[in-house]
Amino acid sequence: MSMDFEPASEEEAADVVRQALENATPLRIVGGGTRAGLGNRVEAEQVLSTRRLTGIVSYNPAEMTMSARAGTPMAEIEAALKKNRQMLAFEPMDHRGVMGTSGEPTIGGVFAANVSGPRRFTAGAARDHLLGIRFVNGAGDVIKSGGRVMKNVTGLDLVKLLCGAHGTLGLMTEVTFKVLPLPPVAATVVAFGLDDSQAVAAMAHAMAMPVEVSGAAHLTATVRYRFIGSNFPEGAATVLRIEGLAASVSVRSEKLRAALATVAPVAVLDPEVTEKLWHDIRDVKPYADGTRKALWRVSIAPTAGHQLVAALRLEAGVDAFYDWQGGLVWLRMEADAEADLLRRYIKGLGGGHATLIRASDAVRAETAAFEPELPPVAALSARIKEKFDPKGIFNPAKMG
Amino acid sequence: MPETIAFLEPKPSVLARRDAIIADLADLLPKGCLISETRGLVPFETDAFIAYRQVPLAVALPETTAQVAAVLKYCSRYGIPVIPRGAGTSLSGGAIPQADAVVIGLSKLSRILDIDFANRTATVQAGVTNINISEAVSADGFFYAPDPSSQLACTIGGNIGMNSGGAHCLKYGVTTNNLLGVKMVLFDGTIIDLGGKALDAPGYDLLGLVCGSEGQLGIVTEATVRLIAKPEGSRPVLFGFMSSEEAGACVAEVIGSGIIPVAIEFMDKPAISICEAFAQAGYPMDVEALLIVEVEGSEAEMEAMLASIIAIARRHGVSTIKESQSATEAALIWKGRKSAFGATGRIADYICMDGTVPLSQLPYVLKKTSEIIDGYGLRVANVFHAGDGNMHPLILYNINDPEDAARAEAAGNDILRLCVDVGGCLTGEHGVGIEKRDLMLHQFSQVDLDQQMAARAAFDPQWILNPSKVFPLEGRPAA
Repeated sequence: MSMDFEPASEEEAADVVRQALENATPLRIVGGGTRAGLGNRVEAEQVLSTRRLTGIVSYNPAEMTMSARAGTPMAEIEAALKKNRQMLAFEPMDHRGVMGTSGEPTIGGVFAANVSGPRRFTAGAARDHLLGIRFVNGAGDVIKSGGRVMKNVTGLDLVKLLCGAHGTLGLMTEVTFKVLPLPPVAATVVAFGLDDSQAVAAMAHAMAMPVEVSGAAHLTATVRYRFIGSNFPEGAATVLRIEGLAASVSVRSEKLRAALATVAPVAVLDPEVTEKLWHDIRDVKPYADGTRKALWRVSIAPTAGHQLVAALRLEAGVDAFYDWQGGLVWLRMEADAEADLLRRYIKGLGGGHATLIRASDAVRAETAAFEPELPPVAALSARIKEKFDPKGIFNPAKMG
Repeated sequence: MPETIAFLEPKPSVLARRDAIIADLADLLPKGCLISETRGLVPFETDAFIAYRQVPLAVALPETTAQVAAVLKYCSRYGIPVIPRGAGTSLSGGAIPQADAVVIGLSKLSRILDIDFANRTATVQAGVTNINISEAVSADGFFYAPDPSSQLACTIGGNIGMNSGGAHCLKYGVTTNNLLGVKMVLFDGTIIDLGGKALDAPGYDLLGLVCGSEGQLGIVTEATVRLIAKPEGSRPVLFGFMSSEEAGACVAEVIGSGIIPVAIEFMDKPAISICEAFAQAGYPMDVEALLIVEVEGSEAEMEAMLASIIAIARRHGVSTIKESQSATEAALIWKGRKSAFGATGRIADYICMDGTVPLSQLPYVLKKTSEIIDGYGLRVANVFHAGDGNMHPLILYNINDPEDAARAEAAGNDILRLCVDVGGCLTGEHGVGIEKRDLMLHQFSQVDLDQQMAARAAFDPQWILNPSKVFPLEGRPAA
């Protein structure tokens, strides 16, 4: 029988965990449930929800930090930040579109899954912005790690470990994170018609220029019209975002435009179009298609991403586009999920990893959602799990 | 020499086997890679936290990852403590050995293995110095961002051990934010790779746990780090104030206004005169506090940022504003700042605190710090990374006067407790080492530390890696 626990305080949450420990009943941890399909299927009947662990605990814009309870909806966090012209610089993706879920994503879910967006490749991931946490471990102890200051090397950094652990090491109850000023102006320089390999070279060239690119994506010809309208030249679009003070943005985007104009037709998009474009890239709009076609997120060296796609195209039906200068590949498989093929090619290209973001239940049941670790690292991870959750009550099987 | 910080008692079983251990290690290492004579061991007896020292049993200087693995495998078999060491520049005693320990020094692992501009990464052996990475990529317009003051000497392996920061971290982050992967050797000689050229890795963020673990989880032998394109230009500007409180308030308002310069460094009057005497950097001598604010970008961008910062500084009663007029002047300004610790060492012995506080607390903590120091009848020079609240009071004392040294240590502890009490932490970038180990319970509960120690034990179940550091000796799990 399914039972939901909705503790309203950290103490109540710790009680639920202690109870579960006593009864040896595993718990499935959920926030807003918008990313519930991320990872392997969890073998647990009881649900521990952060739904009532909500609210911004403290927000000091002048110190650029915020603390919030784990179940606080992202909408509430983003509204408070916007009012003070600040933002989460790591641009967390909203998974509802591609996963076909509803409900409200939570800040705890963002950090538990280390969710980051386009700006991640220069500004860092969610884990780079998480300063401190409070969590309940698998023994029901309430633990704090980190703090609320920008620089802190006091003791082992358990914050990093819990961030991206998908709730398998503990239940985060409160998170303290860094926020940054919203750039006053943003523009996007677009180069049209480059093939994947030319685009990756152009993006690498842009990243070597002193123009501080804060987004670099290559929208292949098949997806490009989902992002940028037809009143521009045809073919793929390679997009580069420039942000900052108005005067500086115009100088830098002009410099970049001139450099790219030597290899392709170019255009510069205004701030409104730029905002929508990067929002759509963040949320992987072309694959928010209402299907259960297998969707992979591949993290790989930027110059290897397009080689991976080229190799796959010879053997499987695949649609793809690139973020992070080519190092983040979004792959939609048109037929089979091809997990083994994909992971073999990634190894052959010097390493990286593939995460199955979405698939049919049948495919999910037989596919490891996360890239399996090599034996000595897997052994270490298992020992870590054992040290945080000795009885294995949190999200069993989720990370494999 | 104060003896208030205890080390673990040396294991008699290890000391008794000294000669056998040295003979065995000699078999595992090439000629010239093992030091066992007292005269050769003395340079390894301490690091930049010079108040404590202990000659180790032996020093191994392996040339390959496989040799590091062989030594660790041997040491774990016999329960011999191992102290990893980069360049020995730790300010918290992170590299200070103990009598029954084998030091594994990284100095022979000093090759740059791969520079990949298209992927913006450099892969280097752990003994490569911090500055070497930036120098190797500078001509192509790149740099490696974290820049501890000791960057001429300190190694990337040591930087990873301590999650080192530096003046320019305000914009670019600290080591953990710029580290993509490592090759490391675990306590039993197992070699693993974490991360690589991709921006993230699967599974638990073990790389994030290893970075800043102070040599307790394994020995890093190679690192892949992120390279960043150099800005078009950069310019440090000096702002002089008639009080430390005004300077502190100015910093808080600059950050609060949404401007994030690359660096905001703070010096009080004693620090200004010490650094000026050493570097002739052109610092104003008639002010009580000095901010070095660095902006970067195109000419127009720097002008715009500076105009906003100057307006804020005027509201806080700035008395001197001096822009660097040339690259030489800019370099001198940074030379003065980065040699602050060394220059201070010329006039007195010092211990350097490293607490971080919330920005709004800066003026209060500065005021309380001078009260604490006055109370002990000591002198202090403040020189630190103000933009992120990372304070470095240098407490001046005489190392040959035990009472003076004890007072300095007590004053330092009071200051660090103050940092924690206002919502900050014991150490922003220097690490806990032995120096702050016994204050850990002021910041964490025993339950918090138990969880950290459990994570540590997942990597080093025998507690042989840098075992006297970070965690108070009492309250450790039974072996």
